Amino acid sequence: MKARMAAALLSLVGLFVAVYLYLYKIGRIGTLACGTGSCEAVQLSRWSRFLGVDVALIGAVGYAGLFLLAMIALQPALAGRRWPAAWLAVLSGIGVLFSLYLSYLELFVLHAICRWCVGSALIITAVFIASLVAVRGVEARPRRA
Amino acid sequence: MATTAAGGMNRFYLVLAAVVVIGLAALGYSALRPSPVSIPANVTVVAADTAGFRGYLLGSASAPVEVTDYADYQCPACGTFEAVQFPDIQSRLIAGGRVRWRYRDFPLNQHQHARLAAHAAACADDQGKYWPMHRFLYEGQSDWAEASDRAASDEIRGYARSAGVDLGKYDACMSSAKHAGRIQASLDEGEKLGVNSTPTLLIAGRLYPGVMTYDGLRHLVDSLAPPSKP
Repeated sequence: MKARMAAALLSLVGLFVAVYLYLYKIGRIGTLACGTGSCEAVQLSRWSRFLGVDVALIGAVGYAGLFLLAMIALQPALAGRRWPAAWLAVLSGIGVLFSLYLSYLELFVLHAICRWCVGSALIITAVFIASLVAVRGVEARPRRA
Repeated sequence: MATTAAGGMNRFYLVLAAVVVIGLAALGYSALRPSPVSIPANVTVVAADTAGFRGYLLGSASAPVEVTDYADYQCPACGTFEAVQFPDIQSRLIAGGRVRWRYRDFPLNQHQHARLAAHAAACADDQGKYWPMHRFLYEGQSDWAEASDRAASDEIRGYARSAGVDLGKYDACMSSAKHAGRIQASLDEGEKLGVNSTPTLLIAGRLYPGVMTYDGLRHLVDSLAPPSKP
């Protein structure tokens, strides 16, 4: 259950990060708290949209879906079932691949790094790992003395 | 076991609630800050806008040559002039008493934040901080020139803070756009003289468009007012 809890918490944090970036994208937030990074260069580039949709919005919807799925997976009736965790792993795996694609664009096309995007990539990777742990039931195995 | 599991879930929901509260507070703080300031263009200029004001001055009133600089804070060439040529001009010609410098706003329409920057400088001028603000605006030009309205507004407000401007008065000045007419008057004056690009220097009745070098300006000043020989 701890892995599913971790997946839910991480997805929620990721949701806030994605919503923050989306609010910036639609002009509701003036300056991204980015330190010395290049958040605005990344967020205002043409690569900040994917198939006509803001990447930040895709992220927000994706994290919201993962969060809901993780909360469903935490219901006592589903505690012993593997399929919710499997779906979490599949969806977060897609998220990891998408993040890899975005990181490639940042590093090799835009030559600019957005710290929030890096943070989001780390979060989705952590969700994926937690989901794998949940799928394999590692946490449920009894410890040997 | 059931009690332990329930306790674990309770702790989990507590952490979840804390994340929600912190996340919403952070988003709310970011999103609900005041809207970015907008300085209107083509406002009707009234007499009070220009009363007693004919530009931002540097140098001695008795300097033999006056140079009027029509410039735009967002114009890259003006930024280059300010960074490369102006330090020498200021330290040798202006501080040396040879030139009186008059800076006039000439915000070009294609520069989205030019009026905002000019107005921020005018508001800093109200508090006697014009030249530090002027320098910060040019030094940071690349940080706000292509930014969103709100980002540019926030960045420029940061310069006001660095210049030692009282931010309460600055915010009131900016939101009232009280100097929009003065900026428009400066632009109108330049257009009447024939200025159509920035930077353009007006020296002894002639316009010199483009980035003039320190050496070029010194020769010109020497030809207009030969330096006295010891």
